[in-house]
Amino acid sequence: MHFTLDPADIAFREEVRDFFATGIPLEWRTRVRAGLRLNPEELVAYQKRLAAKGWGAPTWPAEYGGTGWSPIQQYIFWTEAAEADAPAQFHQGLELIGPIIFTYGSPEQKARYLPRIINADDWWCQGYSEPNAGSDLASLRTRAVRDGDHYVLNGQKAWTSYGHVASHCFVLARTSDEVKRQQGISLLLLDMNTPGITIRPVATMDEKHHTNEMFLDDVRVPVDALVGEEGRGWEYGKVLLDRERMVTASVAVFLIQTVKAIRDAATRRTIGGVPLIDKPGFRAKLAQYEIEVIALQTMVLRVMADASAGVDSGPLGSMIKLRWSQLSQAGTALWVGALGPEAAHFSPLDQGSSLPLDMPYAMQGALYARVTSIYGGSSEIQHNIIAQRALGLKG
Amino acid sequence: MRFSYSDEQAMLLESVDRFGAQHFPPAERHRLIQQGRPGEEAAWAAMADLGWLLLPISEDCGGLGGGIAELMALGEGFGRHLVPGPYVASCVLAPALLAHGGEAMHGLIGELGAGSAIAAAALLEPDGGYDLNYVATSAKGSGDSWTLTGAKCHVEDGGDADWFIVPARSSGLAASDRDGITLFLVAADTPGLTVERFRAIDGHRHARLTLDGAAAQRFGPVDLALPLIEAAVARATCAQLAEAVGSMEAVSDITLEYLRTREQFGRPIGSFQVLQHRMVDMRIACEEARAMLCHIAIASAQGEAAFQRAVSAAKVRIGECGIYVGQQAVQLHGGVGFSDELIVSHHLKRQMMLSNAHGSIDHHRMRFAV
Repeated sequence: MHFTLDPADIAFREEVRDFFATGIPLEWRTRVRAGLRLNPEELVAYQKRLAAKGWGAPTWPAEYGGTGWSPIQQYIFWTEAAEADAPAQFHQGLELIGPIIFTYGSPEQKARYLPRIINADDWWCQGYSEPNAGSDLASLRTRAVRDGDHYVLNGQKAWTSYGHVASHCFVLARTSDEVKRQQGISLLLLDMNTPGITIRPVATMDEKHHTNEMFLDDVRVPVDALVGEEGRGWEYGKVLLDRERMVTASVAVFLIQTVKAIRDAATRRTIGGVPLIDKPGFRAKLAQYEIEVIALQTMVLRVMADASAGVDSGPLGSMIKLRWSQLSQAGTALWVGALGPEAAHFSPLDQGSSLPLDMPYAMQGALYARVTSIYGGSSEIQHNIIAQRALGLKG
Repeated sequence: MRFSYSDEQAMLLESVDRFGAQHFPPAERHRLIQQGRPGEEAAWAAMADLGWLLLPISEDCGGLGGGIAELMALGEGFGRHLVPGPYVASCVLAPALLAHGGEAMHGLIGELGAGSAIAAAALLEPDGGYDLNYVATSAKGSGDSWTLTGAKCHVEDGGDADWFIVPARSSGLAASDRDGITLFLVAADTPGLTVERFRAIDGHRHARLTLDGAAAQRFGPVDLALPLIEAAVARATCAQLAEAVGSMEAVSDITLEYLRTREQFGRPIGSFQVLQHRMVDMRIACEEARAMLCHIAIASAQGEAAFQRAVSAAKVRIGECGIYVGQQAVQLHGGVGFSDELIVSHHLKRQMMLSNAHGSIDHHRMRFAV
């Protein structure tokens, strides 16, 4: 077994550490540690800073403007970012549609969109789910009907996160009816300024506006908005499954931020003159949490090392998604618990009422964490995937 | 960075796997462990021939100088087949402690490596929990002449030991002072030493010692043995942690096969989603446990403190995962899982015992938290 970093990787780590030593505003910290996304303008500024350094797309191949880093370098990058309380990069352009465009897109699409994703000139949102197509996505009903050199889209999309700030949307729509439901679905790239698109905010339990419903009424998009071939959009999603481990792996690394948040909160708060962190009951809970985070991070490191060595990690990606969502829920709950009675002070009712430190973000993070086991393939779907694909258990 | 065994280590694991399958197929193992030590002796002799008893012993002491990864490969193979015997006590922990006694101990270490003697370390005392620094047993004497008085409530795998390594308090006021602990060697038949022996539920055999002025041979640094004990125990624990991982993966494989083949309600029980999801959770537990072995291996390059903290973290998570997997394996097998005949319940019993060996989950969680 060989478990030490190569000298080149150690030098790389120093370079990354230097980069993150500055430029991460303190006011980001609590939100980042709570697993909450920063405001769009903050994320854009962060992405532009990375892009200026040539690090805008850590997981992309160099030929498309990515860093071309090895998986171990990516792991180092995320670890250092997490240590510095930097945010995770916004993933919908970088990890969801970008890789599909550079794998299946036309030369024109690549030239037009990829640099603008890296430089955060465009903001992409995802138009996949529908009111009656959640975990069972293949039952989607939004239609794209060919009309001359345009497609005309009609339908309703659900959970269109950041649709209210996005400049573009990638949409799955049915272009024909086939016996097999996964066929006849096409992937289209939309400019959000196209007439006929209506975005309505959806209030969520964390009282933060991330997500929306999207109505498509006779939305006309030119045929060159089609990615790849008509009717094969479902297949293109598979490139995401292969890359999914990278996405979940990256966010899992950021759990060390939550550990720090819990420790800080429990150090600040005293009960009977004793800091909470020094009470054996709390210490044991925090130790347990930290140990489970270590297990997950080492699973991530294994995936990345396997990927570097060209070895298939099998179901580890799904396992990491599952465990990450559980631990983001457990960690934020522990954090809220550490705040004690003042965790009830979510929002000031008058000007003189000042919120306790960490609020409202700790609570908001704990609430937001509930959706992490639902989105991106719910925990139950992840169980099905592992059972069927990795263990060969049939329904 | 690589997360798999080297070719040589993989070959070692493969030969231990074959050895376990050959010497301890479930039915045969069942028969042999009921004989106690005599049932293990043929396998022990074969392991000596293969050089495995010498593998963990340092080259300075005439051994093969195996590292953490070799210990893990061996332990994993033992775990897959629940190979019984005092391997960790006599070939990993005892030689690591005796090595501090210099050349005077090379003879005994050689016997341990050849399989002609068995030694065990008596580390735990009544009222001391799992704390290695709790040593109330007193050592009186000087030079080469020492006697020990006190009690050691549990000696892991000490049931067949010819020799006991006994930490005793040579100075220091309180029983839990970190300084003032010295190592002694006591023969099992020494007058003044009473040895009570016990069989555990997993077939391992342990001991309890009462020392009443028992003559003992001092070795290693006077008063300063605790860090050496902690380091040796951490290293020995790695072999047991790997054993737990090997065992939980094996019983998880057995359970998966059972889900595929056992039919109820006219179809394989593995077609039921509730059982599929449970099986997935068992697999995730196995992956977490394996990740903790990797975590130890990474930490071992970062100094002794980082290494020991990683071992404590692994004791917590591997212990929890192992017991979970063992319990669910029994549950998913239904009634036959509860039977003594199937190997399944034996994996659970071994996991339960391993989780307490050299410190319980709770003990190590608090050790990690400090």
